[in-house]
Amino acid sequence: MLQLQKLTKRYPTGDLALNAVDLEIPKGQVLALIGPSGAGKSTLIRSINRLVEPTSGSAILDGVNLTELSSGALRRARRRMGMIFQEYALVERLSVMENVLSGQLGYVGFWRSFLRKFPQPAIDEAFRLLERVGLDQMADKRADELSGGQRQRVGIARALIQDPQLLLVDEPTASLDPKTSRQIMRLICELCAERGLSAIINIHDVALAKMFVPRVIGLKLGEIVFDGGPDDLTPEVLTDIYGEEDWEATIAKIDDDDDSDPV
Amino acid sequence: MSTAVTSPGRKWKRPPSISNPALRWALIIGALIYLVAAFATIDVNWSRVYEGLERGKKFILAFSNPNFVERWDDIYDGMLESIIMAFSSTVVGVIISIPIGLGAARNIAPLPVYLVCRSIIALSRALHEIIVAILLVAIFGFGPLAGFLTLAFATIGFLSKLLAEDIEDSDKSQAEAIKATGSSWLQWINYGIQPQVMPRLIGLSIYRLDINFRESAILGLVGAGGIGATLNTAFDRYEFDTAAAIIIIIIAIVMTLEYSSGLIRARLQ
Repeated sequence: MLQLQKLTKRYPTGDLALNAVDLEIPKGQVLALIGPSGAGKSTLIRSINRLVEPTSGSAILDGVNLTELSSGALRRARRRMGMIFQEYALVERLSVMENVLSGQLGYVGFWRSFLRKFPQPAIDEAFRLLERVGLDQMADKRADELSGGQRQRVGIARALIQDPQLLLVDEPTASLDPKTSRQIMRLICELCAERGLSAIINIHDVALAKMFVPRVIGLKLGEIVFDGGPDDLTPEVLTDIYGEEDWEATIAKIDDDDDSDPV
Repeated sequence: MSTAVTSPGRKWKRPPSISNPALRWALIIGALIYLVAAFATIDVNWSRVYEGLERGKKFILAFSNPNFVERWDDIYDGMLESIIMAFSSTVVGVIISIPIGLGAARNIAPLPVYLVCRSIIALSRALHEIIVAILLVAIFGFGPLAGFLTLAFATIGFLSKLLAEDIEDSDKSQAEAIKATGSSWLQWINYGIQPQVMPRLIGLSIYRLDINFRESAILGLVGAGGIGATLNTAFDRYEFDTAAAIIIIIIAIVMTLEYSSGLIRARLQ
């Protein structure tokens, strides 16, 4: 469904962040992208929806080459790619509902969005999603009144109301405590399964990645150095990706405590 | 203290910000010499100051006995004109400042637009209100129209610059998230940027209203209308009691504006 062909990004400073990355993601697959800081994980997902403009290569979503789109066509294509951010990236002075509805901006005209008169089906869907992530009572709270886990749930609802085919997820748990991290990862993976979405999840936490995803990509200096299942991530592979470290000690099994209660 | 100190008694001093001692002392001594020399050039005519003290005293004493009544009609007309000038120039100035401020923010505007908008701001800031007022009085004649145009022009330089800087300081990730939804440029500004800068925009607009009101008292001196004209006339006639009344009203209005802007900003945060 998504194919990256020789996708390359060189920043004006001369840093080669992505070096001819080839990757194919079938419909409905959730994959984790791991790698050290500076490996190009963020650049990779931002090059797909062109928040970062790739230097060369192509990213093809359902037969459409995203890298060649004009700005209008790019906006329409972005509607099909929901994005979830590390620091949640909610607009802090807007309400929870406005943040969720902002996911509909690609579908409504300027005046409707300016006057906050969204179509009723969009509002229904927003409430449904807020209920699904357990925040339907919070619709009129301001985004900066919420806790970290709650904010990330709003971020997830905002991405899903776009009705995307693909989720681009950038370090969804890096600002969260370990328990909330697992709840958020579980929620993302469940929602992808419910809706048949593909997802690319950038993640630092290798143990967490192994717990939830069927496929892991290792990125190092802008190149893919590993592509396999979570069980293939041996200490040797991790050393190859990250450098020398005692991997048995750092990714020791953590007890999965009862974390079904909402955050 | 359980850990051993590697070298006990080792001295520490904050490193000086200019590390070359010769340069450091040359700068300090040079600045002192300049200061002394500068003071030496101030030429004070003490007998003139002595005479002037009497007039100053009269002026100060007039504050204990301000005369609101004698020229009340002139004061009322001048005040009303100043308030209208200040308010209308602020509204017009703010409306024009918003697009220029957006254009002058490097993170959202393309380079040519940025340069044009920055030039407009630079022009507006380079010319002092008085100079603009003299020019506009020459074009439009005496009266509040010249004052209104002057203040609106000055507001553009002030507000666009500060708005642009606030936009440049805004959180990139919030704007990025809105862009990623497939929003249009206007929606992106409305959802991703505007909520971040709105409290500051409103605070600055009220502050500018306050400045414009005070400036309108000065612009009268060059014939651009407002309370300044009334104040100038009062001084010319040595009617210090009327002048005192005018100044007291100006202070009261500025303080009211200051207090209400504080209230509004506290509510907006």
